[in-house]
Amino acid sequence: MGIEVKECMSKRTFSGGVHPGYFKDLSSGKPVASARAPAQVIIPMHQNIGAPCDPVVQAGDEVKLGQKIGEPKGFVSAPIFASVSGKVMRVEPFNHPLGNPVLAVFIENDGLDTPDEGMQPHKPLEALSAKEIIQISKDAGMVGLGGATFPTHVKLSPPPEAGIDTVIINGAECEPFLTADHRQMLERADDVVYGLKGFMKALGAARGIIGIEDNKPDAVASMEKAVAAGKGDDDIVVYPLHTKYPQGAEKMLIKAVTGREVPPGALPMAVGVVNQNSGTAIALAEAIRLGKPLYERVVTVTGPGIRETANLLVRNGMLVKDLIAQCGGMTDDARKLILGGPMMGLAQPTDAVPVTKGVSGVLVLTGEFVSNLPIASCIKCGKCLDACPMNLLPNFIGSASEKAMIDLAEKYGAMDCFECGCCTYICPAKRPLVQWIRIAKGEIGARRK
Amino acid sequence: MERKLVVSSSPHLKSPEDIQSIMVDVLVALFPAALMAVLLFGYRALLTMVIAMLAAMITEAIILRKRNLFGDGSAAVTGLLLAMTLPPAPPWWVTVVGSAVAIAIGKQVFGGMGNNIFNPALVGRAVLAVSWAGHVAGDVWLRPAPFNFAADMVTEATPLVTRDASLTDLFIGTVSGSLGETSALALLLGGAWLYYRGHIDWRIPGSFVAAVFIIGIFDGGPAMGGLFHVLAGGVLLGAIFMATDMVTSPVTPAGKLIFGTGCAAVTMLIRLFGAPPEGVTFAILLMNGLTPLIDNLTLPKRFGEVKKRA
Repeated sequence: MGIEVKECMSKRTFSGGVHPGYFKDLSSGKPVASARAPAQVIIPMHQNIGAPCDPVVQAGDEVKLGQKIGEPKGFVSAPIFASVSGKVMRVEPFNHPLGNPVLAVFIENDGLDTPDEGMQPHKPLEALSAKEIIQISKDAGMVGLGGATFPTHVKLSPPPEAGIDTVIINGAECEPFLTADHRQMLERADDVVYGLKGFMKALGAARGIIGIEDNKPDAVASMEKAVAAGKGDDDIVVYPLHTKYPQGAEKMLIKAVTGREVPPGALPMAVGVVNQNSGTAIALAEAIRLGKPLYERVVTVTGPGIRETANLLVRNGMLVKDLIAQCGGMTDDARKLILGGPMMGLAQPTDAVPVTKGVSGVLVLTGEFVSNLPIASCIKCGKCLDACPMNLLPNFIGSASEKAMIDLAEKYGAMDCFECGCCTYICPAKRPLVQWIRIAKGEIGARRK
Repeated sequence: MERKLVVSSSPHLKSPEDIQSIMVDVLVALFPAALMAVLLFGYRALLTMVIAMLAAMITEAIILRKRNLFGDGSAAVTGLLLAMTLPPAPPWWVTVVGSAVAIAIGKQVFGGMGNNIFNPALVGRAVLAVSWAGHVAGDVWLRPAPFNFAADMVTEATPLVTRDASLTDLFIGTVSGSLGETSALALLLGGAWLYYRGHIDWRIPGSFVAAVFIIGIFDGGPAMGGLFHVLAGGVLLGAIFMATDMVTSPVTPAGKLIFGTGCAAVTMLIRLFGAPPEGVTFAILLMNGLTPLIDNLTLPKRFGEVKKRA
C-alpha cells in the first residue's frame, strides 16, 4: 500500500527523541463536532504567554457572542472575548489550568448566541496588506493554539532585519492521544492553506511548509490536495515527518524541514522562520473570512478514563467538568486529569477548571498509567542523552539540581531545556529529571533577575 | 468533588523499561558465553557461575537487608561477569570471596547501584588476582573438552602465553582461558543482543577493539598480531561486557571513544611490556577512575550551539 511506503520513507526529523505509544486511534476517527454550549462559562482574564487582560465588563452587563470582555495590558498579550451571549454574573478569581487562581468573568448563557455587531467579514486576503493582516490577528485575540499561547500578532511582527523567508505550519501533533490538529487538517485543509497564505503575506515570506508526522498519511494527502487546489505563485509544500516525539517542538520542527538550527536562547526568527500551529492558521482564516475572534477552539477529549472520546469545538471558559459530562463522563477507574497531551500537559487537581485558548486536549488516564515507582540512583546509562532533542545532559542537570547545585545545573545547559520530558520518559531508574530541571531553571531565572 | 485525582509533574507516560529489565537483558546477552563455557569446560564451569551469582546476590541481600534475592538483577549480573573472568574451576571459596568483594567493596561502599566508580566484577577479579594469584592465574587454565560434561582436569598455558592457536579456534572458543572469555562467537552474539536492545553504544567496544587491533599489528602483523590480540584473552569480554558497564563508563559520545581507546592502550601496554600476560582487568579499572574527568572534558555541543543559519 502506498501509504505504508510513505510512512517509512520520511527521513525528515531531528536527532534524539523518544517513541511513546500513539494512542491516537481512540479519537482520530471522530469528526470534529460542536460541544453544547454550557449554561455558564467562566472566562479567565489571562490566557496567553505575556501580560494578562483587564476585564472591561462588570457584573450585570449583558454581553454578546464575540464581544470583547478583556483588554490586553501590554503588547505581548491578546484580548479575550465572550464565548456565549448572556449576562455577566460576577468577576472574581477562579481556578486556572496553570494552577493559581486568575481573575475570571462568569457569564450566564442566555442560549441565544446573539452575535456581536463587530463580527463582520474582512476584505479577502488578496486585498489585505501585511499590516492589516497583523491587526486582524491582534483584534481577534489570536494566540498559538498548539498549547504555548504566544500572541500571534507578536510573532507576525518581527524586526525587519530578521529577514523571515519561511513560515512553517506545525501539523506534527507529536503528543500521544491528541487528534484535534489531525481532524482539522482532514476537515478544514483549505482553511489551513488560507491561513498559511495569510501568515506568509503578513511576514513577506516566500516559502510555506506544512510539516505533518507520517503516522497521519491521510492528513498529508488532505493537505497536499488543498495546496494543489489553491496553487498560486506561492511556494507551499507539504512535508511528511518521521514520527517521533517531540517532532512538533518548534526548534525540532525547523531543523527537520529546513535543516536550520535555532541557537540556544534565540527565537525561530533568528534563522528566518516563523512557526504557526495548523489550528492557528484556521483561526486566522476565520478571523479574515468571518471576522470571528478566538472564542472557541477544537479540543480532543480522550484517554482510557473517558467513556466516549471525541474531538469537540469548545467554547472558551467551558468547565472541563461539563465537557467531560458531554463525553459520557469519566470511567470508574479514572485517576488523572491532564490538560494538554500526556508528555507536556498539566495534571489538574479538579475538573472545575475552564477550557482556555491553550487547552488542546482533555486527557483522562486510568490507574495503569499512574505509576508511583521508587526513584533509583542514576545508573549513567546515557539513555537520556540520546533522547534529549537539545543534546543536553539531563542526568547531570537533574542530579545537580537534586543536590541544589544550581551553578552546575546551569553549566550543563539547564536553561536550554524546553521540558519536553523525553529524559523522564526514557529513564530506567524512573528519575523525575525534567521536574528537577524545572526547579533548576526557576532558580537560575530568579538569580538572573 | 467525589473523585480524588492524582497530580504529578509531566510527562505522564513512562517507558516500560527499568533497571531490572536492563539487567535481565544483560543476563540474556551473557547466556551464549555461559552455554559455551559449560560445553567446553563441563559442570565445573556451571558450578563456578552458580556459586558466583549466588554469593553476589546473597552478599547484596545481607548488606541491603532485603529479602528479594534477585532485586534489580544487578548483583546476579556482577556475579556472572566475575565468573566469566575466573578460571573454569577455581576453589569454591575463591569464587565466593571474589563475589563478596565485588558487591561489598566494589559497589555497596560507594552507595550501591549507580554510585560505584569501578566496575564491581573487575574489582572482585583484581582482588583475587593480587591476593590468590595461584588460584586465578598461572597453572589453572583447563584444556577445553567439548561436549564432555565431566572431563578430567588437564591444565595448559593460554594462547596469550603460547602465541600458538589458530584464529578459528580463538573465534569458536576451543582454547584454554577464563571461563567466559574464550569464545569470540558467543561474546559477539551477546553484544549484538545488547546493541539491538539499545543498552550499549558501538563507541566503547568499537574503539576498544579497533585500537587493540591497530596496536596488535605491530606485534605480528594484521592476522597473527592484530586479530590475534583481539580474539585471544579477555579483550572481547572486556570490550563488550565490562567496559560498557553503564555506571562506570562515560556517557558522552566523544568520551566513550576516548574511554575505549584508553582501555585498549593500557591493555596492550600491559600485554606487550608488563609482567602478566593479560591486562584487560586493570586497563578498564584504570579508565573507570578517569570516567568523571572524561565526561567533563567532552560535554556535547548543545542543539544550535555552533551551526548558524544554513
